[in-house]
Amino acid sequence: MPLSTQSQDSDAQYILVASLDNVRNISNILKAITFKDHAIFSATPNGLKVTVEDSKCLQANAFIQADIFQEFTIKGDSVGFQVNLTVLLDCLTIFGGSTVPGVSTALRMCYMGYGYPLTLFLEEGGVVTVCKINTQEPEEPIDFDFCSSNVTNKVILQSESLKEAFSELDMTSEVLQITMSPNQPYFRLSTFGNSGNAHYDYPKDSDMMELFQCTQTQTNRYKMSLLKPSTKALALSCKVSVRTDSRGFLSLQYLVRNDDGQICFVEYFCCPDEEVRDD
Amino acid sequence: MKFRSKIIDIGCLNNFTRVVTTISKLTKTCVLRLTPDNLYFVLSGKVSNGGVAMWCELAQANFFEEFQLEGVSVEANEICLELAPDNLSRAMKTAQNAKAVKIKLTKKHCPCLTIAAELPTMSSVSRVVTHDIPVDVIPRRLWNDFKEPSMPDFDVSIYMPPLKIMKNVVDRMKNLSNFLVIEANMNGEMNLKIETDLVSVTTHFKDLGNPPWGGDGSQTGAASQRDLETMVQVRVDIRKLQQFLMGQQFNPSKAMCNIVQNTILHLILLYEDVSLQYFIPAVA
Repeated sequence: MPLSTQSQDSDAQYILVASLDNVRNISNILKAITFKDHAIFSATPNGLKVTVEDSKCLQANAFIQADIFQEFTIKGDSVGFQVNLTVLLDCLTIFGGSTVPGVSTALRMCYMGYGYPLTLFLEEGGVVTVCKINTQEPEEPIDFDFCSSNVTNKVILQSESLKEAFSELDMTSEVLQITMSPNQPYFRLSTFGNSGNAHYDYPKDSDMMELFQCTQTQTNRYKMSLLKPSTKALALSCKVSVRTDSRGFLSLQYLVRNDDGQICFVEYFCCPDEEVRDD
Repeated sequence: MKFRSKIIDIGCLNNFTRVVTTISKLTKTCVLRLTPDNLYFVLSGKVSNGGVAMWCELAQANFFEEFQLEGVSVEANEICLELAPDNLSRAMKTAQNAKAVKIKLTKKHCPCLTIAAELPTMSSVSRVVTHDIPVDVIPRRLWNDFKEPSMPDFDVSIYMPPLKIMKNVVDRMKNLSNFLVIEANMNGEMNLKIETDLVSVTTHFKDLGNPPWGGDGSQTGAASQRDLETMVQVRVDIRKLQQFLMGQQFNPSKAMCNIVQNTILHLILLYEDVSLQYFIPAVA
């Protein structure tokens, strides 16, 4: 069942067809949001958005624009379904996800519509794998209502500098505290662990700081366990934008460059950790 | 009962180590059968090891400079020992750059296979590292269990795809399912399939070629009469296949796969004069 002959005549029945010469361009970015099995896929003519959520407090979105794909055909305005992301990733990397230059897996992803499986055709070196992943009814993603007009503080950093800090974070701390301020300490990450407190300060005129727009001093705490999955996205990215809104919600946007130099985005939203007061 | 042998050539030493390491990855214990001409590593298909059987054959002349064997009797000139191949593999690894390695059967506090490696030295005093590997001598009345398995009357015989690709595919499939269906035909096509509640995955290999059996007249029956395109399949425990693909360090010159419909998967690796056969029983 070679890819070329299989696809042409049967394309008409699919409401979504997406092909990619190098499957790593999508598998890598999906790995960056893999912390729960269920992933909500929503496709529009602009591309593909994949959403993963945890505990109603954390949401990760991966955006893969239509032009990343060699072919991206969609019938109608939007197509949505839910699949098991771990299973999907095992399928996408069925040939081992080789990083050897010149060896890549080609992918053709098709979906016939509600109630049908997501069908993947993968080809590497003349060997073809066909996967049919059962789909579920898509759940409505949580709307964190994070809009740029409510953003109080925003910094854009080279990921390099944040990677270093995140790799050294004291994971015994239950929370990560982020302070953003127009005055000192400008941008500070704090942990409160078994072996004491630690602060990482970034001066606003650092080379690593591409943009610094803080209007008021804000200190918020976020559960370390919730933020931990975002380090996968951080590892892949070249730049990261850190924003907080007036309610203390955190938005992390990662700019990821793929093997072919194209740009995709991964976004994490996280609720602040509210202190419960016993009265 | 006597056995003493010696390896000098570094190439032979490396090859022997590789064979032993492969065996150690495939099974915790096995039987080493020694005859005047050959060595065999044997695992008989018992229920306790999930019905998997193994047969690895080496011609002693290809490895050993000296090979003296005195079996249990003149008419049964063989020795059968049960051992943990991992012990042997570790002993051989320390002997990697030895000038000479002696392997002999000794009687210490228990019967042992003694590996003595003479390591290179700068001074005139020689350095010898000795490993004693405890073994069980298998009495003659049990030898029948360790006879060469007969070639199954397979329905299909096919060359395997590159083992590295097959390993990658099986590794991922193992994450998704406990069982795998392997099917092949006499037209050089092989499929690996899994199916669960969540997903079904099929990997198609083609143009693999089918080995020309039948020259010796033994395997002309079922296989040749079949329609070339008809798939013959067997469902196996995916971990057993994965173990085989992970363990092998042969880099074989030929890898073949025989299937008896719904009964057994028979894998054969050939590398120079070493042959390794592995039998995985079907599961319902």
